Amino acid sequence: MASYTVNTLAQQQAMLEKIGAESLDSLFTAVPDSLKLQRPLNLPLGKSEFAVAKKMKELASLNEVFSVILRGAGSEKHYIPSVVRQLSGREEFVTAYTPYQSELSQGILQTIFEFQTGICELTGMDASNASVYDGASAVAEAVNMTIDRKRTVVLLPDNLHPHTLTTVKTYTHWSNIELKTIKTLNGRIDVASLKEALSETSACLVIQNPNFYGLIENVSELSAVVHAAGAKVIVSSNPMTLGVLKSPREAGADIAVGEAQPLGMSMAFGGPYLGYMATVTELVRRLPGRIVGQSLDLDGKRAFTLTLQAREQHIRREKASSSICSNQAHCALIAGMYLAAMGPVGLREVAIQSSSKAHYLAEQLASIGFKLRYDGPFFHEFVTDGPLTSVTVENALHKRGILSGLPLGKNGMLWCCTETVSKHDIDRTILILKEVLA
Amino acid sequence: MSELIYEKSRPGRITVTLDELDVKQVDFSEDLLRQTPLRLPQIAEIDLVRHYIELSRNAFGVDNGFYPLGSCTMKYNPRLNEECAALEGFTQIHPLQPISTVQGALRAMELLSESLCEITGMNAFTLQPSAGAHGEFTGMLMIHAYHAHRNDLKRTKVIVPDSAHGTNPASAAMAGYQVISVASNSEGGVDLDALKELLNDEVAALMLTNPNTLGLFDPNIEEISRLVHAAGGLVYYDGANLNAIMGIARPGDMGFDVVHLNLHKTFSTPHGGGGPGSGPVGCKSSLISYLPQGSLIKHNGEFSFVTNTPESIGRMRSFYGNFLTNIRALTYILSLGSDGLKDTSLQAVLNANYMMAGLADLYPVSYPGPCMHEFVVSLQKLKDETGVSAKDISKALLDFGIHPPTMYFPSIVHEALMIEPTETESKETLDHAINVLRELHALAYRNPEEILNAPTTTPIRRVDDVLAARHPILKYNFE
Repeated sequence: MASYTVNTLAQQQAMLEKIGAESLDSLFTAVPDSLKLQRPLNLPLGKSEFAVAKKMKELASLNEVFSVILRGAGSEKHYIPSVVRQLSGREEFVTAYTPYQSELSQGILQTIFEFQTGICELTGMDASNASVYDGASAVAEAVNMTIDRKRTVVLLPDNLHPHTLTTVKTYTHWSNIELKTIKTLNGRIDVASLKEALSETSACLVIQNPNFYGLIENVSELSAVVHAAGAKVIVSSNPMTLGVLKSPREAGADIAVGEAQPLGMSMAFGGPYLGYMATVTELVRRLPGRIVGQSLDLDGKRAFTLTLQAREQHIRREKASSSICSNQAHCALIAGMYLAAMGPVGLREVAIQSSSKAHYLAEQLASIGFKLRYDGPFFHEFVTDGPLTSVTVENALHKRGILSGLPLGKNGMLWCCTETVSKHDIDRTILILKEVLA
Repeated sequence: MSELIYEKSRPGRITVTLDELDVKQVDFSEDLLRQTPLRLPQIAEIDLVRHYIELSRNAFGVDNGFYPLGSCTMKYNPRLNEECAALEGFTQIHPLQPISTVQGALRAMELLSESLCEITGMNAFTLQPSAGAHGEFTGMLMIHAYHAHRNDLKRTKVIVPDSAHGTNPASAAMAGYQVISVASNSEGGVDLDALKELLNDEVAALMLTNPNTLGLFDPNIEEISRLVHAAGGLVYYDGANLNAIMGIARPGDMGFDVVHLNLHKTFSTPHGGGGPGSGPVGCKSSLISYLPQGSLIKHNGEFSFVTNTPESIGRMRSFYGNFLTNIRALTYILSLGSDGLKDTSLQAVLNANYMMAGLADLYPVSYPGPCMHEFVVSLQKLKDETGVSAKDISKALLDFGIHPPTMYFPSIVHEALMIEPTETESKETLDHAINVLRELHALAYRNPEEILNAPTTTPIRRVDDVLAARHPILKYNFE
């Protein structure tokens, strides 16, 4: 049996004597007898490290690791530099608690401050928080930031990631927030429907850019329309795309959020991932969660510390806008490291390559009879329809170790490319599909 | 302090290069492109490595030293957990892969859920919530859905003890509830008379941490559950302090209807400098239909997700939660088993009582009797007599390489220090910490200035928090 307790029986005896207790059980007098479990937990006995490792490897081996992945939809396979993988595993980072004690935690605080700086650079915003649970909950938290007594209506286009939509609905269910769906046209937000929906009670519009179908929205135009109605703009972006695309701030967003998994986190069956949130100076005090700020120590040296805590649950209790306490700090550290390892040139290259390969795949698919569902500009994801059913495509590629695009209904597929997909992989994909078609 | 990585940047330096692009480069129209240069760090790999090594030296984890941070359960994080969570079969799978290709992942999730059910006495678990507060919010939404489904719409209030963690009232409020506070009695438990007075048909639930934030098991817990249930309310269990009672008593048997656990506390997953955690939520049969989407079913030996869940609250985030964190917790549970989990709680309680016994004459404990896995001392007398506060003693501990206890919580104890040694610390470590705290107590009377000046051996001295809040600098200024 594995054990992580340390005191010998003799030590335990000495400790009990010091306490003045007869036995370990006697320390539990406050627990009524009627509540004491009169049997062992119905779980297997503890196992050796060897046995547990074997068991876990067996479970891992029941999962199939695809060599080529053409699926995204909120989780992407990007290359993770070994320097990121190795350094982020440093035990001082991994086993530290939240940096409440600044003097002992400057290293952690600085990694978060650098992460915040990176997110502000990508988004063009003035301030970022230290992370939230993931991209979907980041949108839900951002929505809350825009509500006031008069403006309680949130406009949600139906081309957001479905998990984001459901999360926003769940988060706001018992609030006074009203959710209103905005129609899309050819996969993108329809400006006419947006104009029609806007009123003096509108709080915000949420734009996912690129949207769930991979299409690039005209954020600048949408922002202008929303701002004219006195409402706020929330833009949810894959931060990788911001190596190339206009930043949310440049396009008029008031709040920039998103899922930062592409910045150095493995797909890991959905988590841990990283929600980021950044905003303009006027809204900083409405940001939820932790924020690291720069200050000075007693000797006048630069020092970092958790700041603006008057917003948070441990001070405001039920009046806090969010209950978030633990966040995804270690993922933020990874993202900060990833941004430093890639640099502006590397991140741009990842974005360009991901997008270029997606365009190549789209062309090739089109050449064998797949139809691009939408004709707007896309980044690194796109939707096709037919000529094969999505199940057929998925199965045919699966047999050759390729994870196809995500089936969307009977004939639709949402494809994704990253820099990890080579021309050879795409050509092979096309060849396999040609065989099926033939 | 260390230079920022942004200050070390030099144009033209590169760490990572990609293969040459092997297809035609995409060409976007100008109006879609970024207009300002992206000022990310440009740095050579060796400098990147040295930067982070330097930062790691200025961080302090459980692997560096004793971390008796009350209510946070800073126990040792086994290496085996990390190794298992790094297996390619877990890290390299896409969350939307065909269900037949992720059976190992689903089996692992099911094993963890089943184990948590047995440990807590609950009937079902969701692994979706990413942290304790996220779990609380999930649980309160489920409770709200439960009452609403029964058309019991006048229940608008949730009762929270005055000793509760701030996340409790905040989560209840997010779930649309008005929060009312119930006082603690002289033994540190819920004041039954005060509770009775608050209970009526407007109360949706009572949120309770047991053992509570004073480190005490509430001996009236059965009566408390009975009273709340009799009034038509539900009882919510904040599992922050489960480390005291595994294999000894179960929230389900105490009458709790919904629980959340903190896998990053009790189940040894690392805190990562503030996260990711994992906050699974368990419930009794009557609430299963309200769990977030993503429940598992087994059919003909194959696992899949339940798709038809009309009464579900929805979802708390994308996908299935912090999966790798959950893998670590499963590894831990398999390692310790029923015997090891119980021993864990016994030793955690032993260590806490031992430290309390070694300190109680100098650092008075507000409530008598044995504690559970942690205890709270008050430094009010010390402060009155010497001017040395709980914060000052905490800062002085830093110079001894000991992470301070939780300070000023719970707020019902003045000048509080909340001490939780955990089961993975040796008697030698505890003796050392006891001695240091006793020496500091003596020093406070002999030479308080020395403590007020601490720390002096850390990379920086005390930080001006007021300056940080008055003049927020939240990112590097490039200009």
